[in-house]
Amino acid sequence: MNFFNIIDLLAEADPDVLDRFSSRRAVFNSLGTVAQRAALATSPLFLGALFQKAYAGTASLPTDILNYALTLELLEADFYRQFLAAGQIPAGAAFDAITVIKTHEDAHVAYLHDAVIKAGGTPVTGSSTAGIRFNPSLLPATYADQLKYAQVLEDTGVRAYKGRAAELIGTDLLTPVLQIHSIEARHAAHIRTMRGQQPWVSIGDDLAADANYKAAYTSGVASSTRTTVALGGTTYGIPAFNPAQPSPQESNLQQGAAGTKLALLITTGIGSTTYLPDDAAAAFDEPLQAAEVLDSSRAGGLLA
Amino acid sequence: MSDTLRPTDSQSPQPVQPLLARIKRRSFFMYAGATAGATALALAGCSKDETTPSSAATNVSFGTGDASVLNYAYALEQLEAAFYAKVAALTTSPLLAAEVPYFAKLATHEAIHRDFLRTAINRDFGGTIIPDLTPKFDSIDFTKRVKAATDTKLGILDAAKAFEDLGVAAYNGAAKLFKGSVYLGIAGQIVSVEARHAAYVRDLITPGSFATNEGTDVLGFDRQLTPTAVFAIAQTFVEQKLDASTIGQ
Repeated sequence: MNFFNIIDLLAEADPDVLDRFSSRRAVFNSLGTVAQRAALATSPLFLGALFQKAYAGTASLPTDILNYALTLELLEADFYRQFLAAGQIPAGAAFDAITVIKTHEDAHVAYLHDAVIKAGGTPVTGSSTAGIRFNPSLLPATYADQLKYAQVLEDTGVRAYKGRAAELIGTDLLTPVLQIHSIEARHAAHIRTMRGQQPWVSIGDDLAADANYKAAYTSGVASSTRTTVALGGTTYGIPAFNPAQPSPQESNLQQGAAGTKLALLITTGIGSTTYLPDDAAAAFDEPLQAAEVLDSSRAGGLLA
Repeated sequence: MSDTLRPTDSQSPQPVQPLLARIKRRSFFMYAGATAGATALALAGCSKDETTPSSAATNVSFGTGDASVLNYAYALEQLEAAFYAKVAALTTSPLLAAEVPYFAKLATHEAIHRDFLRTAINRDFGGTIIPDLTPKFDSIDFTKRVKAATDTKLGILDAAKAFEDLGVAAYNGAAKLFKGSVYLGIAGQIVSVEARHAAYVRDLITPGSFATNEGTDVLGFDRQLTPTAVFAIAQTFVEQKLDASTIGQ
């Protein structure tokens, strides 16, 4: 067994492999003398421990990720059900648009439900009276305020899919999940237009300054963190929240950190043109970790 | 002149292109000067409306690996940015007054995507960047907001919709070609902004059509296309020949 060949093979399949070991140098330094390295590197026990450590935290099963997505889609679908049933939406274009979005969320629920089963898992469930559903006591009385929740849910959905897509690399689930992701972005854009806001997230968004909705635009976890979620009749795992690395806020101006290279400052760091902070922030949507999305300050707080 | 290198007809100069793709232009002419008939061959590959040999035969190769996928995105962002820059520069715009500032935003977002990708490719994959593309917008009528049924050219909104929907489908289809999670993440951060743009433009053309299914679209799912399928459409808007064959290899 050749340690270095294994590393090479792994790097072919997973270019991030060397980042997973705190660093290549650290790995080799930790091995002691050349002789010790040679002896250790041929030990299956050593390799097992090394890789277990390197890949810890990325061990979510596809069924975990699908159930997480299904949780959010059930929440959205039930929100729109209540939104339509509340009878406040003006007839015509607005009612039609919300109806279209509801049919999309229902299609996402159906797809993800089947995908969990195909992957060998138990799908989370929800209905108007049990399981995963929007907390009816939180539905505002007016159309304008109901539409705010729609915007928060859609923008959060976009961030949530983004936050976990990388875990689906190498699976057939990546592409369909991204096809859902960009549809959610279209929903978000339309809801924002209905609210007289810009279709993209901008620093000047009205809800960014609204105390009730602010959390959706920021990052981090307010309540206790968790790694398992028991909802809708089943339990699934989510990655542990890393408090040292909360997701960037939507007002973030830096993008593209890779390996040891720092992110580029979009406003002044990508060429001769200087860009305004509002445009630099709007040109990139930001991800959210699962623990952040399911936190009580965000979508988790909207569950019944 | 070898028969195997002769273009089969005036519309398909492809047999000449691999020659240019592998060597720089200056070395090509040195090579051509030393090779009987090569210059004539290069000229034979030009179509009538092109004035220089280089523009006729330039084939843009995208390389392989993550660099190729980033260059693919960079090519599309170059096109989008050039289109919106042209719209923003119109002295008389057919767009409605309320649309002009939003189209200025679209122009800026796409310019940011283009500049970011160029900088990131040069930083992380030095030497692999594709050249600046020459946009070809002769199928777009910049005096029209939306094409009329009898028009053969696209209006500004039609073209914007085509670019944005194509961009979304391209990013969605290319995601699985990335080998590293860093660049997949960046692509994900860009594609949802493109989807927001697409929804906005679609709503301008037909209110409520932000995510309407067309053709074989699946309800609730956005499109995804391979690089080859994307270039089949994007090629209309670029002078250079775009070669998708190695992207993601």
